[in-house]
Amino acid sequence: MSLLELRDVGVVYQRRDGTLVPAVVGANLSVEAGEIVGLVGETGCGKTSLARAAVGLVPTTGGSVMFEGREVHVLGRRARPARERRLQLVFQNPYESINPRRTVGAQIADAFAIGGKHARSSFSHRVEQLLQRVGLPASMARRFPHQLSGGQRQRIAIARALAADPAMIVLDEPLSALDASVQAQVANLLVELARDLNVGMLLISHDLAIVRHVAHRTAVMYLGVVVETAPTAELWKAPMHPYTQALIDSIPHADGAGHLPVALPGEIPDPARPPAGCRFHPRCPRVMDRCLTDIPHLVAKGDGREVACWLHEKPLVAHPSASLPGVSL
Amino acid sequence: MKPLLSVRDLRVWLDTARGPLSIVDGVSFDIAAGQVFGLAGESGSGKTITALALLGLLPAGARAGGSAILDGRDLLTMRSAQRRRTRGREIAMVFQDPVSSLHPMLTIERQLTEHLRYQLGMSHREAVERAVQLLTDVRIPNPKAALRGYPHQFSGGMRQRIQIAIGLACEPRLLVADEPTTALDVTVQAGILRLLHRLCREKDLAVMLITHDLGVLSALADTVTVMYAGRVVESGPTSHVMRSSRHPYTRALIDSLPHPEASDRALVPIAGEPAGPESRPSGCAFHPRCRYAESSCAASVPPLVQIDDGREMACPVDPLVASVAR
Repeated sequence: MSLLELRDVGVVYQRRDGTLVPAVVGANLSVEAGEIVGLVGETGCGKTSLARAAVGLVPTTGGSVMFEGREVHVLGRRARPARERRLQLVFQNPYESINPRRTVGAQIADAFAIGGKHARSSFSHRVEQLLQRVGLPASMARRFPHQLSGGQRQRIAIARALAADPAMIVLDEPLSALDASVQAQVANLLVELARDLNVGMLLISHDLAIVRHVAHRTAVMYLGVVVETAPTAELWKAPMHPYTQALIDSIPHADGAGHLPVALPGEIPDPARPPAGCRFHPRCPRVMDRCLTDIPHLVAKGDGREVACWLHEKPLVAHPSASLPGVSL
Repeated sequence: MKPLLSVRDLRVWLDTARGPLSIVDGVSFDIAAGQVFGLAGESGSGKTITALALLGLLPAGARAGGSAILDGRDLLTMRSAQRRRTRGREIAMVFQDPVSSLHPMLTIERQLTEHLRYQLGMSHREAVERAVQLLTDVRIPNPKAALRGYPHQFSGGMRQRIQIAIGLACEPRLLVADEPTTALDVTVQAGILRLLHRLCREKDLAVMLITHDLGVLSALADTVTVMYAGRVVESGPTSHVMRSSRHPYTRALIDSLPHPEASDRALVPIAGEPAGPESRPSGCAFHPRCRYAESSCAASVPPLVQIDDGREMACPVDPLVASVAR
């Protein structure tokens, strides 16, 4: 059993006119302890909805979200069950996710107070330890958020999540509001924390290039569907899904070669009226007849790779580990 | 070749109670017709303010000095009537956020033809015909129907194309694009970059591309100028600057980026954060973050020195020399 396991998860929103918009459709994803899984995709692909479903911030319309072997509760008016405190979320914008009127130290100490595991007298010492853990001086505890830079704030947000002694942190675009030179600092911090504290991380990002440096495994989403999951290095070396290929080809390289990136034709369709068959088929350069009508499902291809594409329909040479997960005969 | 726009010693400052606060300090560059000039820098580097100064769009309280000569006329000292004619007809600007820079309650037709009628005195029919042509140029599908639409009916990428069409309406010779693709997804960004590249070649348009994204610059810009804390630290042909940058800041910035060809290499962050105008370090503003810094770096601002074919760099400690010595 994985630390966090999403099986066949669906998230549906209702528009004001009553139309139902499926933002996530049957997504499968798992994260192990100490592992960083990148979830990448473009605007409107459902990655943030999936992240929110993973921590119980939005209700799911199907499937299950399991954390440490138990179902995650949807956040209601009552306090979350204590064991779910070990599942934390860090938001994108460090300017909005931190209370501007309280000191940094007080906000980090909240988690200790709620946890009730530590004596109040030990709080300030623990806050200092956490600040150092995320690479900030202990004196930062007395500062207010407006006195900090963007990168420092994002470290505070991470420290606040760590204060709850989490086993798993879901991070929604934690790097996108930061300058390039600072982005690398925070990216490296995430890698360190996952390794040193054995924390699992689900890293949501639109930036495939930075995810490549941080994540052990990467999942690619398109229009509510996970289309490919693979160990990050293999995903880059040999992407199996044409959408993954398109994403990689569209990244401009800072190499001075002057190559224009390849554009993907068309636009992301309205998720309320997704195309039939494979959802990517109207934009796919390798579309076949079958893609127009039949929905491809995420199928294991061995070596930890999964892809939902008819191009890879033929099963590879029979391999015991390549059997479908969850299928028992 | 004579440049289209020649900026010399551009300075922008705010008059505050505690005296002038320098935002842009002595920036010089040339932009040639049919070329993409890239201006790179992180937040607070003064790259956007540089562009706003050229267009006469500086926020209240900010003042500009130096010169910016376009066709023998100085953009900085122009009278406002002349500047209004210059904006749109000679220089146009495309902003980062296509959501807030298009008027949400006016049709695309109204926003596209307004310019044409005011600046070029076209009749309604002429303006509409030209608008259809402009939307075709920027590859908006079904341009006639698009004219009747409102901004919210278009995706981010399409809105950015419409903004570019509006910018190009009066056939300016210089298009200033401030982070034109930053708000867009990468697959959409690729389309906009290709569009700008094509327009540049077909219409002999000069583009001033302002971005923090060195990948975007590398793909599109012919020459690049890198700014840090209001000053130019390095400039030159893009391929040279990106492949063999000499200034420690440029090198560090490139090293901190995720490298598409070498994922095993860890990202090398730059310590600290970029300095804002109110907290700029003395001397070379990069010195507190620079690993090659020497005590002299804090004492005086290093001058921009010509190093080879069209390249300039402002650093007395050449990192190539320094790294060998260590």
